[in-house]
Amino acid sequence: MAFGPYLLLATLEGLVMAAVLALTALGLSLVFGVMRVVNVAHGEFFMLGAVLAWWVSSLVSGNPAIGFLLALIVSPLIVGAVALVSERLVLRRLDYKPEATIVATIGLLYIIQQLVLTFYGPEARPVVAPFDFRIRLPWFGYSSYKLAVIAASILLVLATWFVLTRTKIGLVMRATQYDGEIAQAFGVPVDRVYAGVFALGAMLAAVAAVLIVPIQQAHYLMGLDPLLLSFIVVIIGGLGSLRGTVVAAVLIGLSDGIISVFFSPTLAKIIATSFVALVLVFRPQGLFGAETR
Amino acid sequence: MTEIRTDKAVKSSGLTRRTALKGLGAAAGLMMGPGFVRYSQAQSAEPIRIGFQCHRTGIGAAYGRWYERTTNAAVKLINEAGGINGRPLEIVVEDDGTDPKRGAEVVEKFANQHKVDLVYGTLFSHVVTGSAPAAGELKIPYYVVSEGYHVASGKLNRYCIQPGITDVKAQVRSVAPWIASNIGKKVTLVFPDYAFGHDHRDFFGPAFQEQGGEVVAMLPIPPTETSFTRYFPQIPPDTDAIYHVMVGPAVLTFVKEMGEFFGSQGPALFGFIDSLEAVDLASPGLEFLEGSHFWEGSPRYLQPDASEAQKFYRDAVGIDENGASVNDPKDVSTAAHMFGCWETLYVIKAAMEAADYKGPEDRAKLIEATEAMTEFAEGKEHPQGDKTFNGKIHQCFGHQNISLVENMKLKVVHRTSIEDGIYEPEADYMTMPL
Repeated sequence: MAFGPYLLLATLEGLVMAAVLALTALGLSLVFGVMRVVNVAHGEFFMLGAVLAWWVSSLVSGNPAIGFLLALIVSPLIVGAVALVSERLVLRRLDYKPEATIVATIGLLYIIQQLVLTFYGPEARPVVAPFDFRIRLPWFGYSSYKLAVIAASILLVLATWFVLTRTKIGLVMRATQYDGEIAQAFGVPVDRVYAGVFALGAMLAAVAAVLIVPIQQAHYLMGLDPLLLSFIVVIIGGLGSLRGTVVAAVLIGLSDGIISVFFSPTLAKIIATSFVALVLVFRPQGLFGAETR
Repeated sequence: MTEIRTDKAVKSSGLTRRTALKGLGAAAGLMMGPGFVRYSQAQSAEPIRIGFQCHRTGIGAAYGRWYERTTNAAVKLINEAGGINGRPLEIVVEDDGTDPKRGAEVVEKFANQHKVDLVYGTLFSHVVTGSAPAAGELKIPYYVVSEGYHVASGKLNRYCIQPGITDVKAQVRSVAPWIASNIGKKVTLVFPDYAFGHDHRDFFGPAFQEQGGEVVAMLPIPPTETSFTRYFPQIPPDTDAIYHVMVGPAVLTFVKEMGEFFGSQGPALFGFIDSLEAVDLASPGLEFLEGSHFWEGSPRYLQPDASEAQKFYRDAVGIDENGASVNDPKDVSTAAHMFGCWETLYVIKAAMEAADYKGPEDRAKLIEATEAMTEFAEGKEHPQGDKTFNGKIHQCFGHQNISLVENMKLKVVHRTSIEDGIYEPEADYMTMPL
């Protein structure tokens, strides 16, 4: 295959990865930014989103698009509810102490994973894409659904950005992120903001999972990779910075796509992790993160 | 910070970890003692206990579930027929998480805690390789149903035996002539980049060359990969066929993306069903496999010419004519491999009877009795077909099936002979001390 089409394929693959990564990492970044909680169970919320998508779409017969659209709405809602309950029952009782919440979310990770294994089973199960015609390029074919994933992700990131910067909810979140105590003194219900943010973070991961599940399959161990990559993205972009997270996701997604097509996937991972190390040494707050106060 | 807190707590209560452990140890000793005495006195009435190292969780969980069902079915039959040497058979299951480190721990647990007679049942090659040294050190027989070449290679030890399923080297040698004469001479290999995939990489090429074929490209895929489109440009345009063997949950993606990439113009496909064990062939995205061929150890779909033994075995395990559970048509079995559990248990039974096995002190005799076996006849004990056994390399050799995907079902179109897969042994376990 000639260099041009080869590069096009690599870029497309990289963008699909970046699209999913941006949404997942955004959730992680939001939770850390506002609550200062490192949510190790974030990948499991992603997995739960995918598994629920399979469950919802398997309940609906007829046109696959109906099942998929229903999953796109129902699955994030259920995942958000699970996150809300675990926030109330676990994180809140630990007073959001950083060390305790890390251990608690590790526990949550295993609980969710093993429950899914018990009730859903060890198989990888597919969800039918809402539409799936093959775009025939002169050099290779490509899935139209993958292009739709990129578009949907851009829309969702824009929507998140709009909520955070242009609405009252966003204002309250940003106030809590800036200084929780002062925000509380000004009458911001910090406690409820925390609950909402944790649920929202999990829902973003779930949406990303529903988008990816017609391409990959729902499997109970699928949460690990997105978790690691989200951490990489969030560290590079700067914890709590929305812009940084999106830029870093595109950067990591594209470099992974292009490097693994032209060289090897292992090299792509090596470069991404070395980049994390360099960022931590030379710019610990991340590319776009603010200095910690 | 946490450590400091723990220290304080320990000091203030005046109880050190060492004292606590001593107390616990003494209590455990008191409890174990009488039981142990009773066991050794009444040995002949006690059941023979087999430790089943099972992939209940981890990436092998779908295999593990069916290995367990097959094992339970065979054990039930053996016990109904009077057990082994008049003693009932009891299976003790431990989950290894499809993880080599955990696998070695499980073998130790079986030997020292459960005190089973032998360990059995492992599939994934990295778990076998990780657990084998523990079995060798503890001198406990380790019967695997793994199909990797590691047992036959001679790199493990005399306690590791694979009598129920043909190894990968023999499998690829069996199918190579058929591929060369029916599919094409130029093949691209797609394989997972670890031990099991390396067996395919190392043995298919030479076997295929002997048949006048050529491997034009090799694509190792990291085992955790979730997206494959990026690899397809590396497949040379003059490839006649893609030989694919992938294991893991991503296989549906692999097939689907191959379909998107090549459309109807692509090369022919020959795959190892390992990729699609426990996966319904009618799954969305798998339409691209229509008309392609697969290796199968034992046919998933009930074939019109199936033997009585095969039908008996399928009924006993509880799979329908589509190879799915009789209770749930969506619960597809790992039919191409799990027969190995059934057959291995019957080999253990035969070996224990030949060795007049009494208890763990006869473990060496059990190994020697297994090594002395040469042939297994087709029948209810060996429903997949007849096999030969080479005691030097602890490996059996059987017939392989090549199946065509037709109307999203697998139809056996060729059955290889045992001789097709035979190779020169590279080791002799029988010279190793027991």
